[in-house]
Amino acid sequence: MKKQIALELKNICKYFPGKVIANKNVNLTLYKGEILSLLGENGSGKTTLMNMISGIYFPDEGKIFIDGEEVVIRSPKDAFKYKIGMIHQHFKLVDIFSAAENIVLGVNDGSRYNIKKVNSRVREIAERYGFDIDPKKKIYNMSVSEKQTVEIIKVLYRGADILILDEPTAVLTPQEIEKLFVILRKMKADGKSIIIITHKLNEVMEISDRVSILRKGEYIGTVETAETNPKELTEMMVGKKTDLKIERVKTDFDRPLLEIRDLVINKDDGSLAIDNASFYIRGGEILGVAGIAGCGQKELCEAIAGLRPIKSGLIMHKGENLIGLPPKVIIEKGVSMSFIPEDRLGMGLAPSFSITDNMMLKTYSEGRGPFVDRKSARARANALIEKLDIVTPSSETPVRRLSGGNVQKVLVGREIESAPNVIITAYPVRGLDINSSYVIYDILNEQKKKGTGILFIGEDLDVMLALCDKIIVICHGKIMGIVHAEKTTKEELGLMMTGSLDLTEEKKDKNYGIAKDSNLTEEEWKAEEEKQAEKENEDD
Amino acid sequence: MGANLAGAIALGTVLLLGSVGEIITEKSGHLNLGIPGIMCMGAVGGCWGMVVYANLLANPASANWFLLLFLAVTCSMIFGALGAAIYSFLTVSLRANQNVTGLALTIFGTGFSLFFVKQYIGKGNAESVLPALSKILNTSLPFAGDLGFFGQVFLSFGIIVYLAVLIALFAAFTLRKTRVGLRLRAIGESPATADAVGINVLLYKYSASLIGGAVAGLGGLIYIVVCRGGNGLFEVPTDLPRFGWLAIALVIFTVWKPDVAILGSILFGLLYMLKDMGIPFNSYILKLVPYLVTIIVLIFTSIFGSKAVQPPASLGLNYFREDR
Repeated sequence: MKKQIALELKNICKYFPGKVIANKNVNLTLYKGEILSLLGENGSGKTTLMNMISGIYFPDEGKIFIDGEEVVIRSPKDAFKYKIGMIHQHFKLVDIFSAAENIVLGVNDGSRYNIKKVNSRVREIAERYGFDIDPKKKIYNMSVSEKQTVEIIKVLYRGADILILDEPTAVLTPQEIEKLFVILRKMKADGKSIIIITHKLNEVMEISDRVSILRKGEYIGTVETAETNPKELTEMMVGKKTDLKIERVKTDFDRPLLEIRDLVINKDDGSLAIDNASFYIRGGEILGVAGIAGCGQKELCEAIAGLRPIKSGLIMHKGENLIGLPPKVIIEKGVSMSFIPEDRLGMGLAPSFSITDNMMLKTYSEGRGPFVDRKSARARANALIEKLDIVTPSSETPVRRLSGGNVQKVLVGREIESAPNVIITAYPVRGLDINSSYVIYDILNEQKKKGTGILFIGEDLDVMLALCDKIIVICHGKIMGIVHAEKTTKEELGLMMTGSLDLTEEKKDKNYGIAKDSNLTEEEWKAEEEKQAEKENEDD
Repeated sequence: MGANLAGAIALGTVLLLGSVGEIITEKSGHLNLGIPGIMCMGAVGGCWGMVVYANLLANPASANWFLLLFLAVTCSMIFGALGAAIYSFLTVSLRANQNVTGLALTIFGTGFSLFFVKQYIGKGNAESVLPALSKILNTSLPFAGDLGFFGQVFLSFGIIVYLAVLIALFAAFTLRKTRVGLRLRAIGESPATADAVGINVLLYKYSASLIGGAVAGLGGLIYIVVCRGGNGLFEVPTDLPRFGWLAIALVIFTVWKPDVAILGSILFGLLYMLKDMGIPFNSYILKLVPYLVTIIVLIFTSIFGSKAVQPPASLGLNYFREDR
C-alpha cells in the first residue's frame, strides 16, 4: 500500500532580525497515520519550524503542501482550517476554567453553547483514545500531565488530523510518558499524523516511525527508526566536532572553592529541578554544565546565589555552608552569578537604568551616609566601557537601548568588577556574534588565570569542549557524568544529554563528584549535614 | 422600619448597577476606577434627556411615562458609555496605566457633571421640573399598596428599579452560561490564551468597558430619580462619587458575581442606612461599616479564598500581543 502524504514542507526558510537564520531549506514529509520525530539540539530551529506550520510564524521562503495542495498558513485560525493542531511546550490554558471550558473556548460551530454537551463530547473523545480526564475539573487543580491532556483534547475537539507536540515528555514522569505513548499509538491507528519534538533518544526509538533531524536550522536528513540507532542519530544531531580557536588556559588547579553535595532543588511548580547532584569547582578551573534547555540549570544558579530555597543537600564555599544565607552575604563572600535568560535582558540588570546605575546596584551599600556615590560608579562604568569595548553613546544611556551583546558585556563585566572568587555564569554568549563571544571567553579565561573558579552553563557543545576543563552533563536534573573536556567527544556528551548514557551508573561506588582534597574532612561534612537537618527541622 | 428597608433597596440599586458595570469591565481585565465619575456623567445625562423632553411640553407633569423612561435610561447609558469610551481608548488602545486613567476619569466625570448641570440643565429645571418627572418614573405598581409590609418594601418602586435587577441577572447569566461570557472571562484571565484561539481581544475589551460604563451610568440616574426624588442635581459631584467607590468595594464583596451583587447591594444599602436608623452609636463610625465589611471580606478571600473567588488574573494588566 502506498503511503499518503499528509503534510509536506519544501525549502522552508525563516530568518529573524539580525540575520539570524532559524531555518534554512528545510524539507519535511509527514505521511498519514505515522509518528515522525523531529530531533535537534537547542536552537536547531525545531520549534520555529513547527510554529510556521501552526500559523504563529510565517515562512520567508518555501512552500507548504497539505494533502498535495499548496496552502498558506497565516494564523492559528488558518492552521485549524487545515486541521493542524499544535500542543505547545508552555500550555495556554485559563486556570480558573474547567477542562471543558478551556476546550470549547474559541470554538464557534454555530450551535448553542451548552457546557453539558461539551462535557459529553470531551468524554467521548477521551474514551476513544484512552485519556483519563474529568471535563469538569478546574485547571488549577490539575497536574502537569492532566493539563497536557486538556491541550491535546482541545486540538482533537477541533477535529485536527495533524498533531504537533512540542517536547510533550519534558514535563512528564516515566509512567505518564508511557500513558501518553499508548494514546499516541491509538491516534496513529486512527489515521492521525503526529509530529513529536523530543530530545530523548530512547523515546524517539520507542515511539516514532521515522526521524527527521535538524542541526543549526538546517535539514540534515530523515531516517527510518527501525534502521537506525541512538549513536547514528546523535552523530546526525550534533555533527562533527568543529575546531574553534578558543584558548584553554592552563592553570594550576587550586583547592576546591565550591563544593556541592547531594543537592536537591525543586522547580516553581514543585517538580524536581536538580536531583541529588554532587560536584565541585576548583580555583582556576572552568567547569562546564551541558544539558538540554530547562534541565534545572536556572534553578541550580539561583540556588547557589541564594535566590532559591533548596530541598536538601549542602553548598559549601571554602568550607562554609552557603545555605540559608541571604544573597547579599553570598555576594560578599565572592560568589557572583550572572544568568542570561532567553529574552537576554538578563537577571541582574535593570533595563531602564544606565550603565552607571547598574554598576551601583551592586555597590550601593558601600557608600557612606544616605547618598549614593555616582562619581566613582561613573568612573567604573567608563572603565568597563573602555575595557570591554562596549558600544554605547555614554555611560548614562539606559541599558535597554544597547544591543544584546553590549548588555551582556555590561552584566558579565560588572560581575567580574567585584573581584569574585567563584563566577557562575549561564549562557553568557547567548545570541552574541562571534567577536563579542570571544571577548566574553577572554574575560572568563583572564579570571581563570587569577584563580577564580568558574561554573559555565552553556549551550554550544563545541564551545564547551574548547573552553572548559571539565564538563558536567545533566539530563532532567540528574547528573549523567562529569568528564574531562580533553578526553570526551561531542557524541558522548550528546548521548548523556539525551539520557542514553549514564556514566555515574558505572562508577557508583567511586563517590562521584566528590573532591578528594575537600576543604572539610568527612566528619566535618557529617556534622554540617546534621546541622543543616536540624535547621530544616526548626523551619518546619 | 419598612421605609428604611425600602430606602436601603433604592440605594442598593444604585450600588448594584455601579458594581455590575464594574464587574463587566473587570471581567475583561480592566480595572475602571472611573466608575464614580461615570455614574455622575450618567446621572446628569439621564436628567438632561428628561428635561429636554419635558421642556417641549406645556406641562411637565403630563409627560408620557414610557417615553420619559426610555429617554432617561438611554441618555444616562450613552453618557456613561461616553465616559467609559475615554477610559477604554486610553487603556485598551494606548495601554495607559489603568489606575491613573480611572482616577483621572473620576475627577473628570465629577467636574463634567457640575459643568453640564449649570450649562445645559439650569437651576430652574433642576429644582422644579426634575422632581415632577421623577414622580412619574417612580409610579409604583398599582397593587403594591394592598400588600402591606411586603408591598411597601419590595414593590413600592418604579419600574426602573426592577430594570436594574434584571440587568444584574442578565449579566450573571451571560457571564456564566454563554459563549460570549466564557470568552470575556477568558480574556480577563489570560488574554494571550484567548488570542491564541482566535478571539478578538480588543473588541471584547472595548465592548465590556462600554457596556460596563453604560450600566454604571444608569446607576447614577437611579440615584437622582429614586433616592433623591429628582432633587439635588447640584450635589451630584459631591454626593454620588461616594456611592461609586462603595460600588467598587461591592465588586470585591460579591467576588465578581453580578447575581450575588443583588443581595450584596441591599446589604450594603442597609449598612449605609445604619446611621439613619436611630442606633445609639457614633454616626461617623456607622458610616464606616460598609468599608470595614469590604476590608474583612478582602482579608478572608485573601487568606482562605480558593482561586474561584479571586479577581480576574490579568486585572490591571494591559494586553499587547507582541510582548511575550
